Amino acid sequence: MAEDFLKIQNVSKLYSGVQALDNVSMSIGQGEVHCLVGENGSGKSTLIKIIAGVVTPDGGEIIVRGKSYKNLRPIDSINEGIQVIYQDLSLFPNLSVAENISLNQLIEEKKKIINWKEVKNIASSVLSTIKKELDLNEKVENISIANKQLVAICRALLRNAKLIIMDEPTTAITKKEIDKLLSVILDLKESGISTLFVSHKLSEVLQIAEKVTVLRDGKKVGDYNAGELDYDTLSFYMSGKKIDHSVFDYQERADQKTLLEVKDLSKKGQFEDISFKLRPGEIVGMIGSLGSGRTEVALSLFGLNKPDSGSIYMNGEPVKINSPRKAISLGLCYLPEDRLNQGLFLKQSIQNNVVVTNLRKILTKSKLLNYSKKYEYAKMWVDELNINVPSLEIAVQALSGGNQQRVVIAKWLATDPKVFILDSPTVGIDVNSKSNIHNLIRQLAKKGIGVIMISDEVPEIVHNCNRILVMADGRIIQEVDTVDITEDKLFDLVSSNSKNSEG
Amino acid sequence: MFDQYLKHSRTTILFIMMLGAFIVMSIFLPGKFLTLSNFQSIASQIPEFGLLAIAIMLAMLTGGIDLSIISTANLAGVGAALILTKHALPQLGAYEESYIIFLAIVSAIGISLLCGLINGLLIAYVKVPAILATLGTMSIFSGIAIVITKGYGIQGFPEKFLFIGSGTILAIPMPMIIFIVFIPLMSLILNRTSYGFNLYMLGSNPVASRFSGINNRGILVRTYILSGLCSGLASIIMISRVNSIRPGYGSAYLLQAILVCVLGGVDPSGGYGNISGLVMGIIVLQILQSGFNILSFSPFFKNVVWGLMLILVMILNFYSSRYAQKIRKRLKVD
Repeated sequence: MAEDFLKIQNVSKLYSGVQALDNVSMSIGQGEVHCLVGENGSGKSTLIKIIAGVVTPDGGEIIVRGKSYKNLRPIDSINEGIQVIYQDLSLFPNLSVAENISLNQLIEEKKKIINWKEVKNIASSVLSTIKKELDLNEKVENISIANKQLVAICRALLRNAKLIIMDEPTTAITKKEIDKLLSVILDLKESGISTLFVSHKLSEVLQIAEKVTVLRDGKKVGDYNAGELDYDTLSFYMSGKKIDHSVFDYQERADQKTLLEVKDLSKKGQFEDISFKLRPGEIVGMIGSLGSGRTEVALSLFGLNKPDSGSIYMNGEPVKINSPRKAISLGLCYLPEDRLNQGLFLKQSIQNNVVVTNLRKILTKSKLLNYSKKYEYAKMWVDELNINVPSLEIAVQALSGGNQQRVVIAKWLATDPKVFILDSPTVGIDVNSKSNIHNLIRQLAKKGIGVIMISDEVPEIVHNCNRILVMADGRIIQEVDTVDITEDKLFDLVSSNSKNSEG
Repeated sequence: MFDQYLKHSRTTILFIMMLGAFIVMSIFLPGKFLTLSNFQSIASQIPEFGLLAIAIMLAMLTGGIDLSIISTANLAGVGAALILTKHALPQLGAYEESYIIFLAIVSAIGISLLCGLINGLLIAYVKVPAILATLGTMSIFSGIAIVITKGYGIQGFPEKFLFIGSGTILAIPMPMIIFIVFIPLMSLILNRTSYGFNLYMLGSNPVASRFSGINNRGILVRTYILSGLCSGLASIIMISRVNSIRPGYGSAYLLQAILVCVLGGVDPSGGYGNISGLVMGIIVLQILQSGFNILSFSPFFKNVVWGLMLILVMILNFYSSRYAQKIRKRLKVD
C-alpha cells in the first residue's frame, strides 16, 4: 500500500465541557477513497474542521505527507493540498461555470484586468482532466446540483488538491448522478488524489468507499474495509443499537371503504393524470426523485397548489381543496419536506408550535385564549409522542431534528386528521430517531389514519408502506404492493426512470 | 430557559432606563421637571403619540411597517374637521352639536379604517412590500388631505369636541384616560385572541404559518386596518387638543414612533414585541422629550438625537443578539 497522505493521531477536542472528539486517530492513503460516517453530533464535522485547520484540536497531532503539525492553520492545510467541499458548495450562482472554476486562480494571481479567453481556457482544461464536459457559459444557478458539484471539484483541483473532502455530497442528487460522481472520484484516484466522504446515508457509503471510519459520540468505533460491512452492521456501529427491521404489516379489512381518492389530477408542467386510492390504516409510499412531481401532488392535496384538472374525493364525496384551512377541516394534513422553514416556527416555543393548528380547542367561552388549557393541551401531545423536552417554553430550535419532527407531527395530530401526508419525514434525522419516527407513523396507521409517505429512500418506503406508487416525470409509472417487490427492484425502478439526472 | 431569561432581561433594562431617565431629569432640572403642569403636558402627549406607536408596532409584528400612519391621521383629521366646521354653527342646539361631533368622530374612524384596508389589500393580495406600499399610500393620503384643504389649516371646533383633547377628569387629562382604556384592550387583542396569536406566528415565520393553515392574508389585512384605526384615534385626540388641523401635523411623530417600537423591544423583522415594552419605551422617550423642551433644544437638534438613538438601539440589538447566539451555541451540544 502507498504511503499515507494524511495521518491523524490521538486528536481530541473539548467544546465547553462536551467532548466533541475523544482520542481519534485515522489515516488516509494516497489515492484512497475513504468514508467518514456517524450520526449527527458524532464529531464528523469537528474532525473535518480540524483537518481543514479551521478548528485547533486540544491535543494530538496531524501528519501530512510525513510532516507533523501540532497547530495546523487553514493556510497550511490548503498549501498541503487539502480542499474541503462543503455541503452548500460555496459557488456563485449568478456567475458562469467558467468564472466559478477560475475565480480563485485569478484572485490568487492578483489580476486587475480579466482576460475572458484565459478564464475559459483554465476552466476547460480542468474539466478535461476529469473527462467531463459542461457548458462554460451557463450560469451556475441553472445547472443541476450534480454539475455544481463538478464545478466545485474543478475549483478544488485548480488549487492543486491532493485530498478532497466532500461533506454530505449525495444528499440532494439521484442514483444516476451518484454513479457519475463515483466515476469522477475513480478518475481522481487514478491521478493519485484521495477523497474523504462524509455522510450519514448508509447505502452510498457502501457503494463508494474503500475504507470506512465510524465515529460515535466523539469516539472512533473502528476502521473497516467497505467490503466487510453491510447496511445492518454499519448502522449498528453508528448507533450502537440494533435497528428494527420489521416490515409494516397491513391487515386489510373486508368492509374497508376508500378514504381518499384522487382521479386524473393534472397540473401543466408539474404532474399528469395522477389517480390513486387510500384506505384507512394504509401507509402508501410515494417514491420518486426530486422533480418527479411527488411534492407538487402533495401540495395540491393540501390546497397550496391549484391543479388544472382532475378531482379529489373524501369518503366518496367530491371535494374542492383551495386552501390549507379547507384541507384541515376535511381532515387532511401535510408534514412538509422542509421542516425548518415550512414546518416549524423555530424561535417560538414548543407550546406555541403545537397549538398553532388548533386554537379552537384552547379558547374560553368568550373566544379568548386560555393559557392553562394551552399548556395542558401542548403537554398532552408532547407526552403522547414522548418528546423529551426540559420545558414547553423553550424555543423549538433548541431541539434535535428527531424531536423537532415530532413537534410537527404533534401539531398535526392535534387536528385529528383522517389523512396524513408526510413528505420526507426523516430527512436529516439520525438512524435512531428515524426508526422511532417510523414506529410512530405505523401506530398512526394502526389507529385508522390513512398515511401517504413521500420519500426518495428505498428502504424507508419498503419497510413502512403496504403499497407503493412510483413516480417519474410527473406521472405514477407503477403501483405495487410492497409484498410483491424487493428493495433492489424498487431501486432500479426509481433510478432507471429519473430523467433529471441528464444534463 | 435562556431565551426566556433574555426576554425578562429586556423588560428589566427598559424599566431601569425609564427610572434612570426620570431620576436624571429630576436632579438636573430642579423645579422644572417635577411639576404638575409638566406632567400634565407629558400625559396629554403620550396618548396620541402612543397610539401612533402602536400602529407601527402592529405592522412591525407582521414583519412589515406602516409609514402611512401620519398621513392616515391627517386625512382622517381633515375629514372630521370639515364636518365639525361646516355644520357647527352657533345657532345649533346641544342635541345637534353632539350629533355633529359623533358624525365627525365616526367619519374620522371610517376614513382611517379605509386607509388601513387599502394598505392591507396592497400588502396581502398585491404582495407589494410593506415599506413601499405604505410609502406610496403615505404620499397619496397626505396629498389628498392637502388638496382638500388647499394646504390651509382648518380651525375652530365646538367646545364640547375640545374636551376630548384638553379636558381633565380629576386632574387627569382626557387623552390619558382614553389611552388607559385602550392599552388593556390592545393587550387583550394581541395576547388573548386567536387573531393575536396568529399574528405573532405569522410574524415569526409566514411560510410555516401558511403551511399550518393560518389565513395569512386575512391576518395581514386585519392588522393594517387595526393600524389605521389607531392612527384615526390618535388623529381625533390630536385635532381636539390643538383645536385645528393642518396637513403635515405630527410628521415628526413617524421617526419617534419607529424609535419607540425598536426601543421597546419590537423586532422589525416580525414576531416579537409586546405592549408593556412599548409603553415603557414611550415613557422613556416622553421624559427625554420634555427635558429637551425645558432645555429649549431646537426641533432640528431633537431630530438628530432621535435618529442617533434609533441607530444606537439597532446597533445594541445587533450585538446583544450576536452575544445571545454565541451563548446559545455554547450551551448547545454539537
